[in-house]
Amino acid sequence: MIGNILEVKDLKVHFPVKGELIPKNVSYVKAVDGISFNIGYAETLGLVGESGCGKSTTGRAVLNMMKVNSGQVIFEGRDILKSNRNELKKIRKDMQLIFQDPFGSLNPRMTIGSTLEEVLYVHHLGDKSQRQKKVNELIDMVGLSKDYLSRYPHEFSGGQRQRAVIARALAVKPKFIICDEPVSALDVSIQSQIINLLEGLQRSFNLTYLFIAHDLSVVKHISSRIAVMYLGRIVEIAESDELFKRAAHPYTKALLSSIPVCDPDFRKDRILLEGDMPSPANPPKGCRFHTRCIYAKEICLRKEPVSANLGNGHMVECHLY
Amino acid sequence: MDEFVLEVRDLSICFYSGRKEIPAVENLSFNISKGETLGIVGESGSGKTVTSLSIMQLIPNPPGKITGGEMIFGSLDLLKADDDIIRQIRGNNISMIFQEPMTSLNPVYTIGEQLSEVFSTHQKLSKKESMKRSLEMLKQVKIPLAEKRMKQYPHELSGGMRQRVMIAMALACMPEILIADEPTTALDVTIQSQILHLIREMKEKMNTAVILITHNMGVVAEMADNVMVMYCGRALEYADVRTLFKEPKHPYTIGLLNSIPRIKGGRRKLYAIKGSVPVPGEVTAGCRFNSRCEDVFEKCRIEEPPFFEVGASKVRCWKYEGKGVTV
Repeated sequence: MIGNILEVKDLKVHFPVKGELIPKNVSYVKAVDGISFNIGYAETLGLVGESGCGKSTTGRAVLNMMKVNSGQVIFEGRDILKSNRNELKKIRKDMQLIFQDPFGSLNPRMTIGSTLEEVLYVHHLGDKSQRQKKVNELIDMVGLSKDYLSRYPHEFSGGQRQRAVIARALAVKPKFIICDEPVSALDVSIQSQIINLLEGLQRSFNLTYLFIAHDLSVVKHISSRIAVMYLGRIVEIAESDELFKRAAHPYTKALLSSIPVCDPDFRKDRILLEGDMPSPANPPKGCRFHTRCIYAKEICLRKEPVSANLGNGHMVECHLY
Repeated sequence: MDEFVLEVRDLSICFYSGRKEIPAVENLSFNISKGETLGIVGESGSGKTVTSLSIMQLIPNPPGKITGGEMIFGSLDLLKADDDIIRQIRGNNISMIFQEPMTSLNPVYTIGEQLSEVFSTHQKLSKKESMKRSLEMLKQVKIPLAEKRMKQYPHELSGGMRQRVMIAMALACMPEILIADEPTTALDVTIQSQILHLIREMKEKMNTAVILITHNMGVVAEMADNVMVMYCGRALEYADVRTLFKEPKHPYTIGLLNSIPRIKGGRRKLYAIKGSVPVPGEVTAGCRFNSRCEDVFEKCRIEEPPFFEVGASKVRCWKYEGKGVTV
């Protein structure tokens, strides 16, 4: 299909900070501060950034799971931020979320079978025997044996739990899945199993992913396009290969050069960033990256950069361009 | 031949759960010489953290117990030494950095108080002198505004900064051995490269031997001189870093390296090692890896392989029987 399944326009999520003595909102943590992006059908958009840059908040805001200050999230032509409860429930059938922590996202007192069935029940999908059949299909789809249906989450290893979470997300036949750090908590050998599973499912069901992660090599592997976030802004967005070959933003360059490479002979010129990321409650004026940027000029301190198009959908927010 | 700072021979560690005896580490041997960085890699449950804790004699007993082996540090066997002696060695000669810098710093003392404690305890310096040395140490690990940080509490510092404080504390007495247990796992990539850079710099300055424990192969490739790959409480392969990455021998090492997504090169389907790590205590006979190995044959299920010396690496796999010297 042509066109975009999801369009996000100028999304802003600000968390109020209350004063200590007077419970009045004294300031705002600008977790997401005006970001825009599109995702096409059956595409994977990777969203990378360091902790606190707002990538998980973005994921939740897109599902309308938290209060959004302004902006539009258009899913298949409808603005989900303006939808009411009933409409939302219908739309949510098409969008699902996979969390990082498979330990926290499964109910410890429910067997995997009943966890999977509950989803179908809530969304009124089929009668009891149909649901049962569907549950059996689902567990098979994610590569677990049917014996596991009667087991509880604590009897599972991390990788198996993540498979169960994926099965649950697939239960309602979604079109769009947000994967929030789905493999970060897993061991390397299990991580590759889950990545392969996600890729296989995408091919079979034409799924669209928003893949949120901090591990750049994983994101590179799975994504067709990548957006880099820093302090609540998308500073660069490009095709995956393009981004790794011709990173434009100084932050992206530094980020890419920080990845440890599995080759002892590979000695690269590492760009070591000074200091830490500033607090999103009080982001620097002008370009948010100027405090750590080696190319910072006078204009970067004063004026926030606008998005520059480098062609082929490669956008960058930096005064150098 | 280099002189070894630490020689570990046939180390075995067990945990007791009820009447069940669960071996965490079995017959582990390795050496480390001055100024060397030894990388220990493995997945969760492979016994790498338990190994590092045992060097510091920090295994909680009960439920854990070191059931055998030797650990020669200088002329001393650490496993037989008195608690008093161990206490002197800890922090002074061997020190450790942990994964989570927040939980390893005391939240109710300032950075200055905690850091100066190292000097007053181990080197019996006066309070004033300790404070002065602490400040120097903070400057050495490149903490900005060191004077201000001395009076701050751990929660006021960022993750990267806390890890710098931990490094300052660990290196305060210029130890012979520094054990870094997943020092950068909780940190972001840009901060990770700062911390790794710092560890390397400090190591070169003090000629400390570093035992680096991690699950990140990239970090190992960058930092280590020699690498030991652990799986289910056993060392499966031991080699210098170039040999290990260029010519991995053990099927587990090969699988592990192939399952990491690469930045360079085109997109291909990721290799995945089938199955999952066996639950400790349920390890069957024969080679530890036999349930997940693709090259498995009869003998692997019956008898555990010894180390074979093949080229520059030592590998515990029956595939290499007859191709190398048994060690």
